Amino acid sequence: MTKQVQQLDRVIIRFAGDSGDGMQLTGDRFTAGTAEFGNDLSTLPNFPAEIRAPAGTLPGVSSFQLHFADHDILTPGDAPNVLVAMNPAALKANLGDLPRGADIIANTDEFTKRNLQKVGYDANPLEDDSLAEWRVHPVPLTSLTVKALEGFDLSKKDAERSKNMFALGLLSWLYHRPTEATISFLETKFAKKPDIAKANIAAFTAGWNYGETTESFSVSYEVKPAPLPAGVYRNISGNQALAYGLIAASVQAKLPLFLGSYPITPASDILHELSKHKRFGIRTFQAEDEIAGVGAALGASFGGALGVTTTSGPGVALKAETVGLAVTTELPLIVVDVQRAGPSTGMPTKTEQTDLLMAMYGRNGESPLPVVAPMSPSDCFDAAIEAARLAVKYRTPVMLLSDGYLANGSEPWKVPSAAELPDISTAFATAPDEGETFLPFKRDPETLARPWAIPGTAGLEHRIGGIEKADGTGNISYDPDNHDRMVRLRQAKIDGIAKDIPALEIDDPDGDARVLVLGWGSTYGPIAAAVRRIRKAGGKVAQAHLRHLNPLPANTGEVLKSYDKVLLPEINLGQLALLLRARFLVDIISYNRVRGLPFKAEELAGVIQDVIDSE
Amino acid sequence: MSELLNGRGLSLVPKSDAKQGMKDYKSDQEVRWCPGCGDYAILAAVQSFVPELGLKRENMVFVSGIGCSSRFPYYMNTYGFHSIHGRAPAIATGLAASRPDLSVWVITGDGDSLSIGGNHLIHALRRNVNLNILLFNNRIYGLTKGQYSPTSEVGKITKSTPMGSLDKPFNPISLAIGAEASFVARTIDSDRKHLQSVLREAAEHNGTSLVEIYQNCNIFNDGAFDQLKDPEQRDDITLRLEHGRPIVSASKAVRRAADGGIEVVDRASVAEEEILVHDAHRADPSLAFALSRLDEPAFEHVPIGIFRSVGRPSYDEQMAAQLEEAVAQRGPGDLDNLLLAGDTWRIG
Repeated sequence: MTKQVQQLDRVIIRFAGDSGDGMQLTGDRFTAGTAEFGNDLSTLPNFPAEIRAPAGTLPGVSSFQLHFADHDILTPGDAPNVLVAMNPAALKANLGDLPRGADIIANTDEFTKRNLQKVGYDANPLEDDSLAEWRVHPVPLTSLTVKALEGFDLSKKDAERSKNMFALGLLSWLYHRPTEATISFLETKFAKKPDIAKANIAAFTAGWNYGETTESFSVSYEVKPAPLPAGVYRNISGNQALAYGLIAASVQAKLPLFLGSYPITPASDILHELSKHKRFGIRTFQAEDEIAGVGAALGASFGGALGVTTTSGPGVALKAETVGLAVTTELPLIVVDVQRAGPSTGMPTKTEQTDLLMAMYGRNGESPLPVVAPMSPSDCFDAAIEAARLAVKYRTPVMLLSDGYLANGSEPWKVPSAAELPDISTAFATAPDEGETFLPFKRDPETLARPWAIPGTAGLEHRIGGIEKADGTGNISYDPDNHDRMVRLRQAKIDGIAKDIPALEIDDPDGDARVLVLGWGSTYGPIAAAVRRIRKAGGKVAQAHLRHLNPLPANTGEVLKSYDKVLLPEINLGQLALLLRARFLVDIISYNRVRGLPFKAEELAGVIQDVIDSE
Repeated sequence: MSELLNGRGLSLVPKSDAKQGMKDYKSDQEVRWCPGCGDYAILAAVQSFVPELGLKRENMVFVSGIGCSSRFPYYMNTYGFHSIHGRAPAIATGLAASRPDLSVWVITGDGDSLSIGGNHLIHALRRNVNLNILLFNNRIYGLTKGQYSPTSEVGKITKSTPMGSLDKPFNPISLAIGAEASFVARTIDSDRKHLQSVLREAAEHNGTSLVEIYQNCNIFNDGAFDQLKDPEQRDDITLRLEHGRPIVSASKAVRRAADGGIEVVDRASVAEEEILVHDAHRADPSLAFALSRLDEPAFEHVPIGIFRSVGRPSYDEQMAAQLEEAVAQRGPGDLDNLLLAGDTWRIG
């Protein structure tokens, strides 16, 4: 049977199943095949915080969405074209996101009476006509897998475990994905259990062959490679890019990296990644708590290391006092906040941009510090280097605001060579700076940074601490005028960084838009995708995206004031809008959703259109 | 006890060529404790003792938390970090773990290390980072003006406990031994000779050494340790712990009890060979723990000296060893190789 091949320009697939079904792995492997094939892509894992929620229940559903295309794309996609539902819970949890006409590949073996009842289905939706508006492909994935593995010495339970690889094989056939990388991946992953490796490969191959022979699928699809700029690419998640950025920062700053961290979702993967790279001289310290994590990092910075701590919002709250100590002792420190839904424990695996005001102001006293936010998973690499550059050059703690969406999402990344990266090294103080005397708080006239004199340097012995310091000498001082001066000096040092960061760039192809959409952090992709839609439909809109939240680029006020309307979508209740309104007296239009999920392009396009139309 | 210094101890800290004296370690800062405070005696003891170590002054760092005692680093002409309440062990851990060429000292009080910083203290002890922790125990909050502390006796009447405190105090030595600290000692501010002898052993010990120093707060808890200073009774109360020597005071002795524990008895009533001989190097901490319980009820008899001093690899040397092993196995890190590791593809 020769099957028809249809060309598509883009596809959004969502793999959904029980958290024990291996959906994240399935998604990762499909992504790897897609990256290798040369499509542009963007991914969105979505999983429960529970490690193993009760099997077959709605809270236990784990999913992985992948958007791939023959052109450059900006988001993991709004709505899936294809849903792979490994059980009734996966169908029920995801059907609401599925547009009419989309494909549903359902594992019929799991649609048992008991499983249906668990999620409140009275009748089997695959058998009544409740799914008539979708294209349903019922496939007995589990039993086909077990059958394919009959020749292996495996229990039925173990054989069933490979059903995700069967599904991967079927989808790989359906979308013409290369198979070699997945086969070699399985060989490596199960190198110590060759039988399991062989079984998984057999299940994967069986899934592919099933697609080729079954009548359930009459068409397969091709999505041509995307014309991306020339270079070597890899797929990378935000957390991995951030970890690599920190390693690169350590190399480029010529400072040993010291990470003090306490495990917390969704930041722990940075700790895991950095702990693998000890041959770069990286010390990773899993502390007894969040406070000790940042404390140890600051102690290491005092000793001349690049001190880093990684956490999420609840951890930042605990670290606040130590970050304040870093502000007043003026030592380099990088505080990575992979934001998640709050307040309190909130929704640990869901994304949010709600820590901006905490990053800015969440400490006692006047304690300014730079805030930097990456805009895409791969941009976490560059943002980490930028955070380190500012920390080292200005002797200050820097907040790096990633979030759950960036952390776990992935995209192709054009790998830079080390030679292209900036030199961010600095010099330690080696000699007295005032005649025979060493003044630990004598400032560089240009940057206002103080000298970084590390223990072991003869003649520069000095004491620092949290008590207010006399300007210059650093001795304890309760003098009112000195305190006022020091508060202003610390503020001026951070404000002065505005001279050292790029101007806010505006994307306005025709230069005549009257509405500006502004964003920061991880909303870049959905905003840019929405802007494209508006422009494609003939609308005019300008876009600008802030990477530096503190200080803001020097031209920010000017940019905001040059548009009739400024729209600012944020996954919070308007935190940046509050800052901009106060600072520039501009009547920002906020658009806010805090659902633990990224914005959708279509949603934002609608909002932008409404603002344009209301002119 | 050199056979136990199997780790780095002070071996990686550069030695000074010049002869040093006490004045080299006095900073130019005016000391601002209350007149008569026990902290003065401890400062003088430290300043006059550290030159003996012969280390480069610039390679010594004093890190403190918050409280009266935590002002200490300002008065030492070394590097110093007066940090925040309770966090000194954490900050010092990062410093010591990344700089094996430093001799790092933590100065803390009973409130700083046992209340707000209790967690950091026990974790520093279990990790065995190369730190010397001097815990100034005055059994009261001084800097906040006289509230009861985690080492205050039950029923303590203070501003915050007008009807008496309810919480049972920590015994810092028991706590440290419970955390299996590798070096645990107790000394007293008024006995400079003993204090310095303990500091010497602490400084050279490989890993974390915890030294509890009974320190008098003459403003808010004056006389807390008077029994140990009173010539009439101190020799009877104080049980000297010296490795390899019988544990005795002038009139009392420690021996094995019939129930398997240990007990304090009238010295005259026991034969010399029945008296327990102190073994600070015993790997099992249970006997050291039993010794730490001998001052219950407080001040009937108080063991003073080194309870426990055992050899154990330090956290920082093991951390450094892992880095070296990683390089030995796969060579030093190369950024380009790192970024290109795994699945890559070329476009164009």
